Amino acid sequence: MRAALETRHLVRRFGGLVATNDVSITLAPGARHALIGPNGAGKTTLINLLTGVLTPSSGTISLHGVDISAASRSRRVALGLVRTFQINQLFPGFTPLQTVGLAVSRRLGLDRHMFRRIGSDRRVVEGSVDVLERFDLMSVMNRPTASLPYGKQRLLEIAVAIACGPRVLLLDEPAAGVPEGERGEIMDGLAALPADVTVLLIEHDMDLVFRFADRISVLVAGGLLLEGSPAEVAEDPRVRAVYLGDAGHG
Amino acid sequence: MSAREQNIAAASQALAETSRVKPAEIVFWLAALASFFLLPEQHLLLSEVLITGLFALSLDLVLGYGGIVSLGHAAFFGFGCYAAGLATKHGVTDPLLGLALVAVLTGALGFATSFLVLRGSDLTRIMVTLSVGVLMGELANRMAWLTGGADGLQGVAPGLLLGRFEFDIFGQVAYAYTLCVAFVLFVLARRFVHSPFGWSVRAVKENALRTSAIGIPVNRRLVVVYTLAAAYAGIAGGLLTQTTQFASLDLFSFHRSADLLLILIIGGTGYLYGGLIGALVFKLIQDAIANVTPQYWEFWIGLLLVSFVLIGRERIVGLPGLVWRRLRGRA
Amino acid sequence: MLTNLFDGVAYGMLLFVMACGLSVTLGLMNLINLAHGAFAMAGGYVTVILVNRLGVPFFAALPLAFVASALIGLALERTLYVHVYRKSHLEQVLFSIGLVFMAMSGVTYTLGSQQVFVHLPAFLSQRFDVFGVSVGAYRLFIIVVCGVLAAALQFAVARTRFGSRLRAAVDDPVVARGLGINVNLVFAVTFAVGSGLAGLGGALGAELLGLDPSFPVKFMVYFLIVVAVGGSAGMTGPLVAALLLGVADVSGKYYLPQFGAFIIYVLMIVVLLWRPQGLFGRAAR
Repeated sequence: MRAALETRHLVRRFGGLVATNDVSITLAPGARHALIGPNGAGKTTLINLLTGVLTPSSGTISLHGVDISAASRSRRVALGLVRTFQINQLFPGFTPLQTVGLAVSRRLGLDRHMFRRIGSDRRVVEGSVDVLERFDLMSVMNRPTASLPYGKQRLLEIAVAIACGPRVLLLDEPAAGVPEGERGEIMDGLAALPADVTVLLIEHDMDLVFRFADRISVLVAGGLLLEGSPAEVAEDPRVRAVYLGDAGHG
Repeated sequence: MSAREQNIAAASQALAETSRVKPAEIVFWLAALASFFLLPEQHLLLSEVLITGLFALSLDLVLGYGGIVSLGHAAFFGFGCYAAGLATKHGVTDPLLGLALVAVLTGALGFATSFLVLRGSDLTRIMVTLSVGVLMGELANRMAWLTGGADGLQGVAPGLLLGRFEFDIFGQVAYAYTLCVAFVLFVLARRFVHSPFGWSVRAVKENALRTSAIGIPVNRRLVVVYTLAAAYAGIAGGLLTQTTQFASLDLFSFHRSADLLLILIIGGTGYLYGGLIGALVFKLIQDAIANVTPQYWEFWIGLLLVSFVLIGRERIVGLPGLVWRRLRGRA
Repeated sequence: MLTNLFDGVAYGMLLFVMACGLSVTLGLMNLINLAHGAFAMAGGYVTVILVNRLGVPFFAALPLAFVASALIGLALERTLYVHVYRKSHLEQVLFSIGLVFMAMSGVTYTLGSQQVFVHLPAFLSQRFDVFGVSVGAYRLFIIVVCGVLAAALQFAVARTRFGSRLRAAVDDPVVARGLGINVNLVFAVTFAVGSGLAGLGGALGAELLGLDPSFPVKFMVYFLIVVAVGGSAGMTGPLVAALLLGVADVSGKYYLPQFGAFIIYVLMIVVLLWRPQGLFGRAAR
């Protein structure tokens, strides 16, 4: 089976500094893959390379067999590679329904219509409701996003991404900053991700990673330390060393 | 009805709600229509107010929806004025054809300059828009052989409207014409802002990063809305020339752009009526001040701008309502 | 040719002294202050009144113009500007345009709208030849004064204790506060000095640029170009931008009298297309 997302020998240098060093990762379709690593390991650079914010110094990225190494950001989204942000990037003045509605309109290619009302197409309404129901946002769909509790905003961050109809979803620390009491909602939200969407999760919260992922890659100092099942990673002495401090220079 | 069907109905209704025509809107346009019949001696003044309102509406598209702070929107208005005047003088005497031509030309100018506005920060945008304004004024000044220079463009004589109506000195035809054009343009703008495209432009203003992350090309959206707004401003300018049969360099001045911002702030941004209401209120304030102290009008504009920012629009606009509630509470 | 260059440099130097305060307030407070030219105008009119009406010597009037504009700046910063730092750029623009309009009509009301000139000391109005280049004494004086000022500013920002606090506050106001830097004080002092410099520039330039109540609007674009093209990262960018602008404008108007007024805009557009963040810019916020 063709890989959903694959990087080959991906390298990114900033002057003399190698931020991403020969990273090759393969995600099978439908995978729940986690990327972990200490601060400064190069997780953000990698996500920026994948989404097209940065261009690689060398190496390739392919999405379902299509080389997207040089594709623009909006092209990658159109091809089905969508991300969430570590810090919420939402439309504060929109309601969740309007936010999701816009993303669904885009997915259906209706976003260039200038003289048709948004939502006049039933598919947009249905698609929006699908997403809002999935992430338990129906009850707040008509409230301005800025007024929502933080946990709901985090969920909306994921919901917008799903509304874009991704084949591969990059989740950048979805639980970052969520208070303990609202963490369960995020867990439920992750569990509700469609099974056919391939997920790459970047996360600090080990509890979340081990509950969610079926494969884990460990990134240290820009390069891959190892890749394996959660059990393998948990038992690896090198990973323990990295996380328990003596190699914490990354 | 299943829960899902209920949800879909609710969502559908909520999405339709934002673009539903509200009673106040019908009242507004009926009032505008009534003014034509009830205030025959004010037609010239009302035309001017409406044209200014349309001009402000075009800025609202850029500023209120697109989030671009422009200090040179008068460039498009002035360009439209001269384009309409010159078209009329050089053979395109049909008013509607002239307006269409003006819309295309001003739109082209807006399209060409939009690429400068895409770049950089608010500061560079302000600088660029201001520069384009100065540049257009300077061009009109230098090309006196074409524009009449400091004397203004005189002797603009538009032909019969629809081949039947002659522009009269009381402004009756002019006001009817302006009213119709403004209404049509308003309806189109209203459809535009409630369309998926319009929402994506608002999205850019709310959060450009997220907008591009859901796959919407941010720059292309801004180019389109800037071009559209330029065309609207040009049409407003064209209407002014056709109805007053004159164009002057003053149209390009910085004061025009600044007044326009004030109008929009008075009326409010992001709901399209702000420009129209603001233009009317602005005219009333202008007349009131002119009655008390005809000179130093500029000072009062400045004071208004400063107060609006320091006190806040909500508090100033909400004041009459607040007083009313207090009075009622006491009674 | 060289005379033009010389005049252009003098002009650019003036623009730099007038606009550098704007560059710092933008970089430091993220404030778009379109009323900056009003402080320059204030300095110009203070000089005109002092020299022409009260008979104060020109050289004594210059520092007084600085002090007067700085005090006006300080007073406005403490009372009004302090409330708009955290408002949107649009509101800052509206607010500062409002101030400009009030300043303009205030001057028209008290001093009239006609153009005014400063009575210069006789020895500054002469011209002389240096290696065949005709040089105006007043322009030379401007270049010297502004050059010294530019060097002093560069030194103040790069080497002094206040300068390092200023740079820290520009880089990250939150961190600077954490380090115990009184950012509000830095804001106030910087704003006052910036306004004072604008006033001094206005005083020096009154003769060269012409002074009337429309001054703040007429030169608004020039100031913005200096800041936007130069970037707000340091003193060098605005200085280079101002010199470039001055030389281009003067020689443009001399060699292409028909289109000279357009040269600077063309230049600005080219720079902007080439480097959207300005010649020396870090990304403006």
